[in-house]
Formats: sequence, C-alpha cells, structure tokens
Amino acid sequence: MPPTNSDESRDLAFQEAIDADRTVEPRDWMPERYRSTMVRQIAQHAHSEIIGMQPEGNWITRAPSLRRKAILLAKVQDEAGHGLYLYAAAETLGVGRGELTELLITGRQKYSSIFNYPTLTWADVGAIGWLVDGAAITNQLALTKTSYGPYARAMVRICREESFHQRQGFELLAELSRGTRAQHEMAQDAVNRWWWPALMMFGPPDSESPNTAQSMAWKIKRVSNDDLRQRFVDMTVPQSRALGLDLPDSQLRWNEARGHYDFGPIDWEEFRQVVGGHGACNAQRIAVRRAADEGGAWVREAARAWEVRQQSRTSAA
Amino acid sequence: MSHSEDWPLWEVFLRGRRGLSHQHVGSLHAPDPELALQNARDLYTRRGEGVSIWVVRSTEVHASDPDDQGPLFDPPSDKAYRHPTFYKVPEDLQL
Repeated sequence: MPPTNSDESRDLAFQEAIDADRTVEPRDWMPERYRSTMVRQIAQHAHSEIIGMQPEGNWITRAPSLRRKAILLAKVQDEAGHGLYLYAAAETLGVGRGELTELLITGRQKYSSIFNYPTLTWADVGAIGWLVDGAAITNQLALTKTSYGPYARAMVRICREESFHQRQGFELLAELSRGTRAQHEMAQDAVNRWWWPALMMFGPPDSESPNTAQSMAWKIKRVSNDDLRQRFVDMTVPQSRALGLDLPDSQLRWNEARGHYDFGPIDWEEFRQVVGGHGACNAQRIAVRRAADEGGAWVREAARAWEVRQQSRTSAA
Repeated sequence: MSHSEDWPLWEVFLRGRRGLSHQHVGSLHAPDPELALQNARDLYTRRGEGVSIWVVRSTEVHASDPDDQGPLFDPPSDKAYRHPTFYKVPEDLQL
C-alpha cells in the first residue's frame, strides 16, 4: 500500500487492495473497524471451537466401543487445536490470549449458539458430526478465501482436518439407522432436534444481517448467510436419503425452477432466545469453561515461576 | 484470577519430511522452550505433518516493514536479465 497522509486516502487504498484480492497481513495498515470486526469474528470462532468440546466431550466416557471412543477423543482434541489456531490468528491483531478468555467467561464475547443445545443420546454425537460439522465446514470453506491472511490460513488447516469429523458422524448415524428399531429411532430423534439449530448456524437472514454488506465489501465474508444455508440444505438432503433418515421439515422439496431445495421457515425467535442466553446449556457451558480456567491457573503460574528460576540459575552460572 | 501475563508467544516451524526445509506453520504460548516443543507436537503434528520442529520466541523475530515493500523489493523487477527466459537460444537445443 502506498504511504498516504489522510485516513480517507488510506481507506481508499485499503479497499483497492481488497478489490484486487490482495490478502491483508498483520502488520499492514487497516481501518480500525476492519480490525475490530476481524478480532470479534475470529475470537467468536475460536470460542466456539473451545466451547464446542463440551457437548461431545460429555460422551467420551460413554462411547459404545473402543473404536468410537478413540474417534471421539481425536475429534474433541482437534476442536481444541482449532480453537488454538484461531486464538493465534486473533492475537496477530494485537489482542492477548488471556484477554480473549476473560471476554468469553464474562459473557462479553459470544460463541456459536449451537453449543447451547444439550447432547441427550449417543446419536447426538452422530448428528453433531453430520449436521453441525457439516454446516461448519460449509461456512469455513467459504472463509478459506477471507481477506485476512492469518484467519484464511487457519481455515485451510481446519477444513483439512474437519472432513473426518463430518464423515465419522455420518457413519455413526448410518450404523444406528440400519440397526435395531430403537437405534433407528434414536438416530431419527437426534436429527429431528439438530436439523433446525444447524440451519440457524449460518446466522440471521441476509435481510436482517446489518453487517453483511460491509463484511462482503471487505471480503471478510465471501458468501452471504442465506446462500451458505441453501448450499448446506442442497448438500444434506441427498445424504439424509442415503442414511434412511427424515429431515423434520414438511415443506422441504426440490424446486426445479430455482435449481435448489425449498425449505420451511426458521424459528428465529428460538435463535434470539438462545443467543440471548436462554438456551438449555448457556450457563453450564460458561461455568465449565470458567472452572477449567480457574482450576488451571496454578499450573500456568507454576510453569512460569519454574522458567523464571531456570533463567536466574543460568545467568548465575 | 487474572490473565494479566500470558505465557510468551512462540513461532513454530516444521520440517515436513527429510530433505525439506523447516516452514512456519503457526504460533503458540508456552512458558519455556521444552514445553513450547511439546505443545507444538500436540498442536501442529497430530497427523504426521512433521519430522522435526523448531520453536522461536516471537519477540526474537525481526521483520521488514510492509511499508518498505517498494524500496526493498522493487529493484530486481527491472533486472529481467537475471532470469533464464531473458535469453534467446535455439529452440531445438537442450540448454
């Protein structure tokens, strides 16, 4: 970017660079609003990965076989890793790791509201992998082309690792669906409960998403909420048939003229309730994260104290 | 409980396989070099991505200024003769 004097011409030069598909890197000049939007979005994404460990983590000790337990452990460990990649990306914008954790556990930054729903049965682990991770991948694939370099690179890595997450969920549900009658019903019940929340993961409709226009102009967002949601529905319907499970929407049908599936109205009031803190598990998720943070504080302090002592011994020697 | 002081930040470099150089893959927090290596193993090599890890304190990395990109990197662009394609040679020869 050529050096300029006024903010206005810097803004203009920044937009021109974005229009020319130039990736923004940490030490580049950027408008303050771009920086704060990016921090908020990456932090919220990181928090979602970390909080997202809880609903599935609850099932690790109750997985029905050693194979399933190993898979679930690997998946939850991946979520932790993804959270850390994303926190590191956010930190390139000048925020601290501890500061972000603090913002999460004091409720000043959000995470995806999908993780405020409970995991009632083993089939929920399958439904989360198939639907929730499926929706997340749809969203994250679009974000691999986002304009902020560190975020885009984290997304590439995450997408590469997440394809197994969706597949293991699909496989788990397929096994249940073809199992006993009770197993099939358990799988269907999980899909019934997770389908609509999964559609809400893409966020409010474009008509009610005030930040979309600016985010699209800055190429933070490359595809709109409604377009991503449609992409996910079109992809998922054939998969549900292969599973032998129904999607709980009587208005779901192929629209020849549009070349897409039509689907029924989403209950946005439920979405607002859950985002607003009134979902089944909001308080529990934050309490668990806070307890882990406070319980781990002495370890962080002890490790630092040990390093300080090592340093002083080295310099004394 | 405060987070007033985070563990220091480290940059992580991985050698994908023998014969390749180490490449930057990301960063992490750790209190000392030993734990930085352990954390890097857990965070960046869960799927056999590397055979060797370097960790470097982020504060030890000195970077060029993005605003200097022009003066720093432009000069070679008018020296096309540094590239083999600058030269005309008979097409039927291996050269």
